[in-house]
Amino acid sequence: MEGLTEGLFMYMVAAIAILVALGLAVFRALAGPTVFDRALAANAVGTGAIMLLAIVGFLTGRPEFLDIGILYALLNIIATLAVLKFFRYGDLGHAGEEPKD
Amino acid sequence: MVLLTLMAIVTIGVVRLRNLFAVVILGGIYSFLMASVMIMLDAVDVAMTEASVGAGISTVLMLGTLYLTKMEETRPAHTPLLPLFVAVVTAGGLIYGTIDLPPFGDAAGIIHQHVAPHYLQNSIVETSVPNVVTSVLASYRGFDTLGETVVIFTAGIAVLLLLKGRRPASEPDSNAAKARSRRRRPKA
Repeated sequence: MEGLTEGLFMYMVAAIAILVALGLAVFRALAGPTVFDRALAANAVGTGAIMLLAIVGFLTGRPEFLDIGILYALLNIIATLAVLKFFRYGDLGHAGEEPKD
Repeated sequence: MVLLTLMAIVTIGVVRLRNLFAVVILGGIYSFLMASVMIMLDAVDVAMTEASVGAGISTVLMLGTLYLTKMEETRPAHTPLLPLFVAVVTAGGLIYGTIDLPPFGDAAGIIHQHVAPHYLQNSIVETSVPNVVTSVLASYRGFDTLGETVVIFTAGIAVLLLLKGRRPASEPDSNAAKARSRRRRPKA
């Protein structure tokens, strides 16, 4: 029982730390002077959401939330790739760079 | 609570910023925060929908829209006082409406007394669907779901018609796209 409460305490501390990290990332997204700051902040918020999901899953005794975390990670990658491709080419339908001769 | 505060901050940022690219990214962040709030409320399926639609597809679609429009939002021509007044009155009405709601997770709430026990007890017998949510959506409220599907189908057709109107009529579709990308390449 003692170990269980210690584990819960650890998860609570981790959740609070992740919330603080989310706040910092949101600040960077709002203040970020360049597009890359904002894209990185968006990615960090997505990662923080995944971590929060996992920790809430363990806090409520349902570690199968981790599967949903994997789905979030995939979505995060797609969104970030779309943002970066748009910034590089200005067009989502661009075919990419051709090899130079 | 912290998440909701962050969401409010992000919303104010969306309203204040004029760079639409940053606004799109902030929209993605807002969706992820919203999904986290849904998880806190123990609605994992809604959170998954919010993350996939709000943060994933919406961001991509909005970026595609940015390609067709300008990157900077123009200054509004009129003062925002009247819309602000309407929004504040509506929000006040909604908050007044939440006063009468039963507390969150209350098992004695009206919503849990009406038809929910019937669904929970008889869904296997009446529909032989093991998941109660699925049986409610697809069987008990089948016409409702059909209506929703019709609405989404109509919206999809409308969007397709609008997008088709943008193409020059003389060129066939695939050739037109190829020709356009070829024409743009020297510039990039």
